[in-house]
Order: sequence, then structure tokens, then C-alpha cells
Amino acid sequence: MSTESHAHAVHRDDFGAKLGMWLFLVTEINLFGGLFIAYSYMRHKYPAEFHHGGAELNATLGVTNTIVLLTSSLTVVLAIMAMQRGKAALSRAYLLTTVGFGITFLVIKTFEWSAKFHHGLYPSAPHLGTLPHGEQIFFGLYFTMTGLHGLHVLVGMCLLFVISNLVKSGKITQSKYVLLENGGLYWHLVDVIWIFLLPLFYLAA
Amino acid sequence: MSTSTAESNYLEYEGRHSGLLGWLLSTDHKRVAILYLVSMVTFFFAGVSAGFVMRLVQLTPFHKLITAQTYNALFTFHGVVMIFLFVIPGLNAVFGNFILPIIIGAKDVAFPRLNLASWYFFIGGALIAVTALFTGNGPPDTGWSFYAPFSIKSGTNVSLGVFAAFILGFSSMLTGINFVTTIHRLRAPGMTFFKMPLFPWALYATSWMQILATPVLAVTLVLVILERAFGIGVFDPAKGGDPVLYQHMFWMYSHPAVYIMILPAMGAISEILPTFSQRTIFGYKAIAGSSIAIAGFGSLVWAHHMFTSGMSAFGNILFSFLTMVVAVPSAIKVFNWIATLYKGSVNFQPPLLYALSFIFLFSIGGMTGVWQGALALDVHLHDTYFIVGHFHYVMFGGTGFAFFAALLYWFPKMFGKMYSNTAAYVAWFFLFIGFNGLYFTMLVLGMQGMPRRYYAHLPQYHLGHVIATVGSWVLILGLLLFFGSLLYAVFRGKKASANPWHGVTLEWTVPSPPPVENFDEIPEVSQGPYHFPSEVAL
Repeated sequence: MSTESHAHAVHRDDFGAKLGMWLFLVTEINLFGGLFIAYSYMRHKYPAEFHHGGAELNATLGVTNTIVLLTSSLTVVLAIMAMQRGKAALSRAYLLTTVGFGITFLVIKTFEWSAKFHHGLYPSAPHLGTLPHGEQIFFGLYFTMTGLHGLHVLVGMCLLFVISNLVKSGKITQSKYVLLENGGLYWHLVDVIWIFLLPLFYLAA
Repeated sequence: MSTSTAESNYLEYEGRHSGLLGWLLSTDHKRVAILYLVSMVTFFFAGVSAGFVMRLVQLTPFHKLITAQTYNALFTFHGVVMIFLFVIPGLNAVFGNFILPIIIGAKDVAFPRLNLASWYFFIGGALIAVTALFTGNGPPDTGWSFYAPFSIKSGTNVSLGVFAAFILGFSSMLTGINFVTTIHRLRAPGMTFFKMPLFPWALYATSWMQILATPVLAVTLVLVILERAFGIGVFDPAKGGDPVLYQHMFWMYSHPAVYIMILPAMGAISEILPTFSQRTIFGYKAIAGSSIAIAGFGSLVWAHHMFTSGMSAFGNILFSFLTMVVAVPSAIKVFNWIATLYKGSVNFQPPLLYALSFIFLFSIGGMTGVWQGALALDVHLHDTYFIVGHFHYVMFGGTGFAFFAALLYWFPKMFGKMYSNTAAYVAWFFLFIGFNGLYFTMLVLGMQGMPRRYYAHLPQYHLGHVIATVGSWVLILGLLLFFGSLLYAVFRGKKASANPWHGVTLEWTVPSPPPVENFDEIPEVSQGPYHFPSEVAL
């Protein structure tokens, strides 16, 4: 690799830190990859039931959430760009905005989930048990995958909040902001996974 | 050559914390390695005890010792402990941590704090596993593979046991991330990938498998927990789920995991053989490349565990073929190791003896694996003692003996002490005889049709069980002697020189035990790793 200038000489290795983060993202992708395999297999087995299951979901809310997350990816990039120009306060503002979008996403998600609960469409619910097998699996996977994704949103928000505090206290600066970049990478991952969840569930009908 | 004084070696160094805290909070890769060594050997003996009791049960015809349910819990405990707490971290966690940075000329791994955190994940997972034994409705009884649908129906404490394995996966994954970054970023100036010793090569391949495969297991285990907690249905046939899907997802990780266990062992063997034959390794690029090939093909053979689970004929044939293919890179290694000894000046020290035993036992393990890859034969051998015997030949005869060989090889470097050669030879005798008495008998029992995981056996299998049980006693005697003599050597052994085996890789250029920062000055590397001064150019 051409970028391998020797990390020994300097105590800090930003390239190495980013490499580590990318490798971590690979593990995250494979984590969801296992679920996508389960999804593909089950959808292949129950195509009609997945169609009906998708029709039960609220595509409008799903698309709204997509827009929210995509915008939050933009604000996190703006936070990094602000830091590169040395505007720490602006960077922090963008980070907190990103966290705000994360909260918005989770609030919308909560409304969605509680509507499903209200209609008895959750795992082991008596009503869901009366539906065809494929639909039970559809909702099992829906709650598992969006739930695991929601957990990642939550973790990402905490991470970005901690980073925003480090920006405030001057631990992250114009010349040393690899942690901010890594936080941004994680947030993009959360975004990218949602991009796949949207069509697989909400647009399945 | 470093000129550091003895006071500054990593064992005696007093940092911000002293005593036990100086170990528990140290991010020095060498101390983390010793933490792993001590904890893993402890767990290893816990696993051995469970195995010992299981053998006793097969010896006593009236089963007064323990109940069938306890027997199920015992083999689950034995499997979980040995797999997740011993062979998966294995040589990777102990010698990878200790030797990797030194052998590539670095002062530490890329992320020292993450490295220590990995150990805490490891210990945390282990504690949860122990908790699972004593809480809830009894210890898990599913076997280490947690097969659905039993694992989602069993009333025992499966969720907590599965969660322990999930946490342990984190430890393994983070170590993988750490090592890949270390190898990319911290090699000494001049050490290109093809001038890197073979142990780091093997660790590199292993780390990639840890990164790629472990998350799939993690999410599979999450699904089992969710299934048990909320009934999501994915693996539950009553709700339209599919237990075979569980098997696929489980083996997608757990077969590559077998290579996570064996590859670092192969890497250590590739270090030991050149040193004790004072000859450059034969086929350096072939061995390095075969590590990558094993990682690649090893990820594509998982369903050979499932020939009798009801896959399509095409699927069976495909996975059978790929299973045959994955034997090729392993064979490449074995032939190159043997060729390395040819015309070398062989110095028959304990590490070499154990390394050669590895080659012998691993070859039996590997070849019995090919048998099971053959579809027709597998129907007969599936779920018998044959698989148990095969697996122990690979994991214990392979990884276990390589672990012992590596420990004997690097022990003088790690502790700065020499052990008794005589004790190591005598221990080898008991280990080797006991091992073959125990597991070769299992291969025969399996061929005769003895099913695995059975609490009782028919009278015609009794002689085999008696031989195997006696073998287990001899084996345990060897283990006690082996670790006992090493423990004695840690405190009472003679002082070791910096390079007792006349090795030429970088770890032998630093004092024994190494100073805290390994190198005063980062070495410059200009040639391949195995240039022995005594060797005549071929």
C-alpha cells in the first residue's frame, strides 16, 4: 500500500485508526448480512405473504424516515468539513443537529412500532398467530432487523454526542479529528443499512 | 541488539499501577498475552475436567455417577469452554499478542487499549458462561452448536449461554481488527509482505476470517435469543421458520472458525521447523499463499456439516467437492514442512518434537475429514464417535499440540527462563500415547456405529470405551506434567539467553524477557525472514 509511511515515527496513526474503523464496519455489514440471508431465504419461500406483510407497513413513514436519515448523513459531513476549516462551534452545532435527526428517526419509529403493536402484529401476538406462516416470519424479521438497526441508531447518537463534547472541550481539533471522521463513518453505515431495509420491508408490497 | 538493562523487562516493569493492577490495567501486548495465557489454561483445565467425568460415565455401566441430564450439560460445557474459551482465542490470543508485534518489529499492536478491552470481553463472556451454569433452570444442554429447534425449546439456561458466546465473539472480532491493522501499519521498515515471517501471515489470514465470519455467528445467536424471548419464528417450524436455516447460519461462522483455530497453529509450526532444522523454510510463498487459500476455501465448505440435514443433492455434491478442495492447501503446508527438514541440521529439542507430533496428528485429523466429506461415507459416519475423534485430532492433536509446541518454543522468550527438557519429553510420551489411546479408539468406535453424545452404550462398544477412558487418564497425566513443569520453570527455571534456539526472526534479537517497548530502535529489514548463517546456499 502506497500510503504506508511508517507509523512508527509518529505516535499517532490516523490512517491506521481509519483502517480499524473500516474493518469494524465490515463486521457490522456482515452482522446485518446474516439477517439479509435469512430474509432472502424466507422471502423466496413465502413471496405472497411478504407482499401482504409489506402492505401492512406504512410506506410514507418509512420514506420520511429515509429522508431524515439521509439529511443527518449530510449534517455529519458538514460537521467534519466545519472542523477541517477550524470552525469548532459550527462543527458541534452540526453534530447536535445530527443527533436531533437521530431522535426524530427513533420517534417516528416508535409511532410505527406502537401502531403495529396496537394491531396485534408483533411476535407471539394472538392475532399474528392466526395469519399465514410467511406473514409471521415477515413480522419476526421486521422487528428483528429494524430493532437491531434502531439500536445502531441509538449507539451512533451516543457516539456523536460524546464526540460533540470532545469538540467542545478541545480534544478534537482542526489538526486532529480522526475520531470525528470515524464517528461520521459509523453514522453513514447506519444510514446505508436503512437504505436497504426500506425497500425490503416498506416497499415489499 | 538491544542493550536494555534487566530492570526494564516487561515482567518487572512498574508503570502507573503495580502488582495485580499493573497486569489488569496494562495495555502492553506482552502482558495482555500473559493474561490470556493464564486465563485460557485455567479454562482449558475446566474443560478437561468435564471430559474426564464424561469418560468415567462411559466406564461405569450403572451410571451411578451422574444423570443423563447432567451428561448433556457436561458435553455442552466441555464444548463451549474448549471451543470458545480455549481453541478460538488459542494461539492467536496468546502468541499472536506476544509475538506478532515483536516479530514484525513493532513496539505494540495498533490499538493497545482495544487489545486489553478484548481480554475483558473474553473474561466477561467467560463469567457469563459460568453464570449460565448455576442460574436459571439448570445449565444449557444443547451441545456447543446450539442447534434449533431444541435450543429454542430447551427449558435450560440457553439464552445466557448463547449470550456468553456472543460476547466472546466480540473479543475475537476486535482482536482480528487489531491484528489486521497492526500488520498493515506497523511492519518494520523494509519488511514487505513477502519478507514477513509466516506466523504473521497465518495471523493475517486468521484475523480476516475473524472479521468476516464472527458477525454472522453473532447475529445467529441474537436470533436464538430473540426466538426464545419473543418467539420471532425464524427458526421455529411451528411458525413457518426453518431449523435448517439455523444450521446454515451457524456453520457459515463455525466452519471458518475451525480455520480460525488451526491457522495460527500452522503459522507457529512454520516458525518452529526452520529454527530447529537451521534451514530456510521450503516453499515460503506456497505456505503463505496456502494460508490465504485456506481462509478463502474454508469459508465455502460450511454445509458439509449438513449432508444428512436434508439439503438438495446438488448442494451436497457442491459442498462435498469444495471440502475435498480445502484439503489441498493444508496438504501443501504439510509437504513443505516435511521438505524443510530435508538436509537440515535437525536439532531435536522439545518444541520440534511437539511440532512433528502436530504434523502427524493433524494429518490424521485432516484425512479423516476428507472421509467425512465423501457423501456416501458421511451418512454412515455422521453423528458418531468418528466425528468426535476426527474433531479432536484436528483441534487437540492439531491446535492443542501446536499450542504446546509454540509454548515450548517461545517460553524462554516470554518468561526468560528455561524449562526441563526431560520433563517435556516425558510429558510428550504420556500426551502422545494417551491422546492416541483416547481418540483413535473413538475413530474405531465411530466406524462401528457408536453415536456421539449418548449417555449409555451397548455392550459391544464397552471394550472401546474402556480403552478410551484409560487413554484419557494417561493424557491427563501428560497434561499435568507438561503444565506443572512449565509452571515450575516460571519460578525456578534457569535463566534463558536471548536466543536459545538460534532463531533468526526478530523476536530473537531482543532480550529474554523483552523490554517494555520491545526495541530501543526499530530494526530495518532487508532480507527474507529465514536466512540462517550456517546454511549453505542451495
